[in-house]
Amino acid sequence: MTETLNKPEGVDADYYSVGAPIADTKAPAGPIENKWTLRKFDASLVNPANRRKLSVIIVGTGLAGAAAGATLGEAGYHVKSFCFQDSPRRAHSIAAQGGINAAKNYKEDGDSIYRLFYDTVKGGDYRARETNVYRLAEVSANIIDQCVAQGVPFAREYGGLLDNRSFGGVQVSRTFYARGQTGQQLLIGAYQALERQIAAGTVEMYARHEMLELIVADGQARGIIARNLVTGEIETHLADAVVLASGGYGNVFFLSTNAMGSNVTANWRAHRKGAYFGNPCYTQIHPTCIPVSGDHQSKLTLMSESLRNDGRIWVPKRKEDCEKDPRQIPEEDRDYYLERIYPAFGNLVPRDIASRQAKNMCDEGRGVGPMVGDFRRGVYLDFADAIARLGKPAVEAKYGNLFDMYARITGENPYETPMRIYPAVHYTMGGLWVDYDLQSSIPGLFVTGEANFSDHGANRLGASALMQGLADGYFVLPNTIRDYLAKGPYPTLDENDPSVAEARTSVEDRTRRLLAINGERSVDSFHKELGHIMWEYCGMERTETGLMKAIDLIRSLRAEFWRNVRVLGAADTLNQSLEKAGRVADFLELGELMCIDALHRRESCGGHFRAESQTEDGEALRHDDEFLYVAAWEYAGGSGEGEMGAPVLHKEDLAYEFIQLKQRSYK
Amino acid sequence: MNLTLKIWRQDGPTARGELVTYQVPDISPDMSFLEMLDVLNERLNAEGKEPVAFDSDCREGICGMCGLMISGDAHGPEKTTTCQLHMRSFKDGETITIEPWRATAFPVLRDLVVDRTAFDRIIQAGGFISANTGAAPKAEAILVPKENADRAFMAAECIGCGACVAACPNASGMLFMGAKVTHLGELPQGQPERAQRVAAMVATHDAEGFGGCTNIGECSHACPKGIPLDVISQLNADMRKAKSGRL
Ligand SMILES: Cc1cc2nc3c(=O)[nH]c(=O)nc-3n(C[C@H](O)[C@H](O)[C@H](O)COP(=O)(O)OP(=O)(O)OC[C@H]3O[C@@H](n4cnc5c(N)ncnc54)[C@H](O)[C@@H]3O)c2cc1C
Ligand code: FES
Repeated sequence: MTETLNKPEGVDADYYSVGAPIADTKAPAGPIENKWTLRKFDASLVNPANRRKLSVIIVGTGLAGAAAGATLGEAGYHVKSFCFQDSPRRAHSIAAQGGINAAKNYKEDGDSIYRLFYDTVKGGDYRARETNVYRLAEVSANIIDQCVAQGVPFAREYGGLLDNRSFGGVQVSRTFYARGQTGQQLLIGAYQALERQIAAGTVEMYARHEMLELIVADGQARGIIARNLVTGEIETHLADAVVLASGGYGNVFFLSTNAMGSNVTANWRAHRKGAYFGNPCYTQIHPTCIPVSGDHQSKLTLMSESLRNDGRIWVPKRKEDCEKDPRQIPEEDRDYYLERIYPAFGNLVPRDIASRQAKNMCDEGRGVGPMVGDFRRGVYLDFADAIARLGKPAVEAKYGNLFDMYARITGENPYETPMRIYPAVHYTMGGLWVDYDLQSSIPGLFVTGEANFSDHGANRLGASALMQGLADGYFVLPNTIRDYLAKGPYPTLDENDPSVAEARTSVEDRTRRLLAINGERSVDSFHKELGHIMWEYCGMERTETGLMKAIDLIRSLRAEFWRNVRVLGAADTLNQSLEKAGRVADFLELGELMCIDALHRRESCGGHFRAESQTEDGEALRHDDEFLYVAAWEYAGGSGEGEMGAPVLHKEDLAYEFIQLKQRSYK
Repeated sequence: MNLTLKIWRQDGPTARGELVTYQVPDISPDMSFLEMLDVLNERLNAEGKEPVAFDSDCREGICGMCGLMISGDAHGPEKTTTCQLHMRSFKDGETITIEPWRATAFPVLRDLVVDRTAFDRIIQAGGFISANTGAAPKAEAILVPKENADRAFMAAECIGCGACVAACPNASGMLFMGAKVTHLGELPQGQPERAQRVAAMVATHDAEGFGGCTNIGECSHACPKGIPLDVISQLNADMRKAKSGRL
């Protein structure tokens, strides 16, 4: 809990206070190569005969959750797994396309654990914890071994060896892939391992169940309250420990590349119960997505960034040309702006830079495609040169499936007319704060995968989220959670214990309230409005005044939500409006915290670009002297539904012992 | 575009359902089919009527969560998932009938939402390779010919949406099962359990109430991933060999 409370200086004083610093206490001292081995050795063991008396709840069946469920089940623990989809196989991990990194060095191109570690820390713009990242690189090779043993059909060469490709701007080929469906194949592997444990009786599966509250008794996480999404029944589930593997929160922006159901509720409910939220403002915006086509848009589709290897990005030089057929615009009237501004890297600048420049062009009124609000939101990605140079068959061989997908969604033929692309929210680096053991600030609550904040700093490299999810699930968590479980079984908790009753009642009350408001606006209309606010002020470029404005707007939107939302139907049936309402209510609180975090971090780093902190030529400028820390936010309570107090900031200083800090440059 | 929709509405698993007609004006051809239903739901909500329940998640054609019978075709007129179907595939003024998957093994839960957990139980019966975490040999230790790896991948592309069952007059799950048996059977890692896998999966399939295959081929035709019919031949071959102890 909070020991010292200080008011920060200036405008910040109105938004948050500063509490005691925090630190990870679990990573052992000594050389970085030895830390994980030492930690595994020091973590207590649980006698196989005792394991079935110990129970673990896992919320989420994506890579992080399914891998952990299967592994803990195999070890003999009693696992209860939850997901809101109808089957664990449908978790959002299924949608990942590009690949998964591993330091196998199959290509003899100089890769190593250390290089993967280094690339990840640098890619994260020096805002990740070294110890965690090193371990991630260390276990990466085991992941590939595990997946191959399960029957994951990775791409292979003619000789039967596994194939690799280079991905995300790094100089080595360390990415394993299964065509454009790597996430699907990895998840099916983990899903099958999980189903095998369900059959063996070690894992109980609760699909179409949504966690709506965390149970904390005597300061320890001891269970969850979940709603059965088919019957509406509110259920209590108790255990010795709880794991959240509930994914990222990109849908706070309404439009993102995330699945429709991806949400922050599990994390947010835990945050309200005392789990610190790490770096909530770190969001990744991916430059090559299919643009919004109108107000009806429900989600955005990512197209692999490999397209930038051969496509040239441009907008018309003059606003008047923006409505023209692009093929009628002569070469001299086109602005290949990335090639112009970044002659050395051209169209291959990192994701955040490519995204921000596309926004700048559209803000100037030079965007293309249909009007969305007051602007056209799109830039051209043109393959005419590539087709002339390589021939259509070669371009088709490389990008055929992406071109087909584009044609299906837009109804346009990208071989004939340039594609239109625009950036979209893709991944959230922020998440619940965890220590080296992946334990949150609530004892007994562990957080894995995209749901935690741990490995990617302020920006994630391509193909490393899949790696992290499986590293956490197969190899890290099963080794660290045993140290906690070894002290159990914890005292039996009665369903009537005040901590359980309180959690349950609060869920029931909230459900009742949502259904009783019966106002005039739909849940989606609130979600869309929140998304607009977040995208405008807490998206690719953030400013002090913008963020302050956003916080005001979010507060009044949240107040209106609790007065004026209309959720029809009943509590005791399958009710998708009710499901959405609960998720949006939590996004409306998270959005404010993200803006406060973005406001307080007066530097630019990774995906977080503060307009006030840039170099003379408009590049991101970090302030390591002031901001070399993880911001871990403590929830400060609020009196009524939807009311939030000023959160408390706990800083975890980042010490770079093994890697030297540098400023990025791509000119 | 202006459309007439006839949508299956059913309050719960045991309630009686019926087709209800809705007029939806002003639909853009650029909308996806599910966005068109979103528009309808927003309007119903505004009118104080309960929205239509339907499943979707990724809306990218990969999670397998969506799936509607659209004027008699599983996933509609194109070879894709319902979420990747766009309104430009329909004509202005068209009447579209929208129903849930219909199969004994997939009971309706509400409106267009069905219970497909029978598929999970088929996988539980044997649709896996037993490889405990940490026990795996080095990935490079076993070579897999590219041909087998590619065929395994092709079969592993199945998204478990259930369109094959919905399209089959016998409501058979053989394409789904054949895809899994082929995926794992093409790989060296899948050999040790090959015989028991196929036997256990088929037994569960039958017990769940899926029908048998009579080689009609609607399943493969409806499959958004184009899983070919020959995975069923593979399934049958494995089954015969398993029975005669030759696997
Ligand atoms: C389009 C796209 C492409 C991508 N491509 C790549 C790539 O090529 N390489 C790469 O490394 N990364 C990629 N990523 C990122 C990567 O896919 C994700 O970060 C990662 O899969 C997240 O895995 P996870 O296990 O943490 O969570 P998820 O897979 O999101 O799973 C979350 C789980 O939690 C459950 N859940 C959530 N809340 C609740 C609740 N309240 N109650 C019950 N259950 C709940 C869900 O049902 C689900 O089972 C991509 C992401 C997207 C969007
Ligand atoms: S919603 Fe995922 S396949 Fe259609």
